[in-house]
Amino acid sequence: MTSPTKAEDSGSAVALDPELAATSEVAKGAKKLEGRSPGQLMWQRFKRDRTGMFCAGVVIFYFVVALCAPLLTAISGTNPYTLYGQDPTYADQPVLDDFGLPLGYFGGVSADHWFGVEPQYGRDLFAMLVYGMRTSLLMALGVTTLLMLTGIIIGMVGGYFGGRTDYWLGRVTDFFLSFPQQLFFIAFMPVVTAFFVDPREETPTYFRALAILIVLWLLGWMGMARIVRSTVLSLREREFVEAAKVAGASPGRIVRKEILPNIVSPILIQFTYQLPSTILTIAFLSFAGVGFVEPTPDWGRLFAAGAKYAEQDPAFMFFPGVALVIFILCFNLLGDSVRDAFDPKSGR
Amino acid sequence: MSENLTLPAQQGSTDPTPTETLLEVKGLTKHFPIYGGFPIKRKVGAVQAVDGVDLTVGVGESLGLVGESGCGKSTTGRLITRLLAPTAGQITYAGQDITHASRRQLAPVRSEIQMIFQDPYSSLNPRQTVGTIIKSPMEVNGINPEGGREKRVRELLELVGLNPEHYNRFPHEFSGGQRQRIGVARALALNPKLIVADEPVSALDVSIQAQVVNLLQKVQQELGIAFVFIAHDLAIVRHFSQRVAVMYLGKVVEVGDRDSIYNRPRHPYTHALLSAVPEVEISDESESRERIRLAGDVPSPIHPPSGCRFRTRCWKAQDKCATEEPPLVQLSGNRAGHLTACHFPEDPTTEARDEDVVLDPALKALEEDQD
Ligand SMILES: Nc1ncnc2c1ncn2[C@@H]1O[C@H](COP(=O)(O)OP(=O)(O)OP(=O)(O)O)[C@@H](O)[C@H]1O
Ligand code: SF4
Ligand SMILES: [Mg+2]
Repeated sequence: MTSPTKAEDSGSAVALDPELAATSEVAKGAKKLEGRSPGQLMWQRFKRDRTGMFCAGVVIFYFVVALCAPLLTAISGTNPYTLYGQDPTYADQPVLDDFGLPLGYFGGVSADHWFGVEPQYGRDLFAMLVYGMRTSLLMALGVTTLLMLTGIIIGMVGGYFGGRTDYWLGRVTDFFLSFPQQLFFIAFMPVVTAFFVDPREETPTYFRALAILIVLWLLGWMGMARIVRSTVLSLREREFVEAAKVAGASPGRIVRKEILPNIVSPILIQFTYQLPSTILTIAFLSFAGVGFVEPTPDWGRLFAAGAKYAEQDPAFMFFPGVALVIFILCFNLLGDSVRDAFDPKSGR
Repeated sequence: MSENLTLPAQQGSTDPTPTETLLEVKGLTKHFPIYGGFPIKRKVGAVQAVDGVDLTVGVGESLGLVGESGCGKSTTGRLITRLLAPTAGQITYAGQDITHASRRQLAPVRSEIQMIFQDPYSSLNPRQTVGTIIKSPMEVNGINPEGGREKRVRELLELVGLNPEHYNRFPHEFSGGQRQRIGVARALALNPKLIVADEPVSALDVSIQAQVVNLLQKVQQELGIAFVFIAHDLAIVRHFSQRVAVMYLGKVVEVGDRDSIYNRPRHPYTHALLSAVPEVEISDESESRERIRLAGDVPSPIHPPSGCRFRTRCWKAQDKCATEEPPLVQLSGNRAGHLTACHFPEDPTTEARDEDVVLDPALKALEEDQD
């Protein structure tokens, strides 16, 4: 409300020269004329956040390692498929003892096998880990991208059009949310596979990857859809959207120019939380035996194997485990830093 | 019927100004449905935000639209700019019926009707530069001014009193008053003929309000743009509007030229609004002015009172007010175009009464205690 006093003041201030006042208002900002966008400001805040920068470095390092897996194994001279313990070619360099346990200390760490070898088969753990990371990270990246895109589209449609469309999309979202996820991953994986591949035949690896992708995608897009929907719903009511409508802008233009640029930050924040959780889910699937199987190297499968060997060779779990903990921790800290940089008010 | 009633209403066309009519609104109605019920949602009622409003705005004329919070001013503004679709009624712009025009049909008049918004913080997209913001209406309408759009943006920035070199800056780098100037520049980008300004200064600091009002006044006079200036008190509008319409609970209760409304108001609600404006000097000889304190809230627009909607707060209300809705007509002694909707209008004066009218029993009790 404009209070009576306000009105009074404005009445007396009418005498002020508007030109003069306006120029003085402007003068204070005249030094640097190139403005800094919210994105640039965010980047500056992020750069000042040591933890965030460090974690970003670690995360990038992991992705580089995963992408360069063939290069790294070329340096180490190993590969994830060769059974160094059983292959006659390597009989002159024994890696396993008579009980099938690694020779040497800490799971058979040696100059040839940097992280040791797998009990019984003698496969090289370093090669299996970097290739496994590659499988997991690429899969997670694919799944996350797919479900983010789906969530963004469904959320935008519901949020922007509202009304009946929003109501039904909301019910569909609720329906998918009502699935007990972990249970359905395990229950659905064989179903999806059996749907396309004759159960008597060997399932090709690419097909397992596809099945994982489909199942995680179908049961994972809802969170993103809800976040985007609520953001768009509030943006739609903002006056700058109305200003665009008054100017005659088409819905397409409003979505592209007015709404999309404003949902980038929630999307990015959600992405940094979604990716590590997807990696864990994929690892869980392989661990539960419905994800990747022998001999595909996979991070999750290493844990399954590690659990099997835990009593005789606890060291086998060490490298994959530490690698995973560091990665997930850094990724989540990175997510926090990204959020803080976008929204300085919520900060620590 | 009341004896001082002379002329029947001419459907808002009793515009006293000789100028030609730019915008005409007849019986404009907007009911927001309320849905409820389970499991199937049904319409259980409606918010009667605007209910049968008649208005006219002449070419280059500025009309003030005044009323308390929640009485439907913004809704009226949004209906005129067609951000909302009316439930009933007719909107005629320059002889063309735009009541139910689609986005494409509206395209030719879109550039002529613009809007300035209340909140300078939410009316500018935080991710766009000032240049992009002001330029985009031109892009949408495919307008290529001489010398390019960028040159035009610079001119506009200069016109509203901002440094044209701030073209590449982002809204968060400006103060509230400067942002509102950017909003004005955006509205001017298309050379509009009518601007609906929805409380353009009420979110601003007191010291900035006058500057922005002055800017709008300058724009209105120099460019000859018609304005619908929405405000919730009469003080701001006074300097700006040639005609004023007073709204209460979705209806226009009194409309007339500035002089009539400020010096010869007839509707009790206008009297109440005026008495809340300390700055307005009603007439030179009357040192003491009437005091009316309007207490309590506007009744819910979901179930508005029967008959006259103001009767729950009116000190002159009688039985007739509950049963018969007062028509918006010209009362005897009023100038042409000064229409009032009241069965028992006040005297056309704003001089002090013998006794203050205090509308809220609780407030009255409180004052008696203190005295
Ligand atoms: N989209 C909507 N849905 C339902 N009700 C609405 C909607 N928009 C406005 N209303 C209702 O319509 C009535 C009039 O609202 P409006 O915003 O036009 O009032 P106003 O006079 O502009 O008030 P203020 O001075 O607070 O801005 C209010 O009761 C409001 O709650
Ligand atoms: S019609 Fe009756 S209730 Fe309404 S304003 Fe006039 S006197 Fe008051
Ligand atoms: Mg309003």
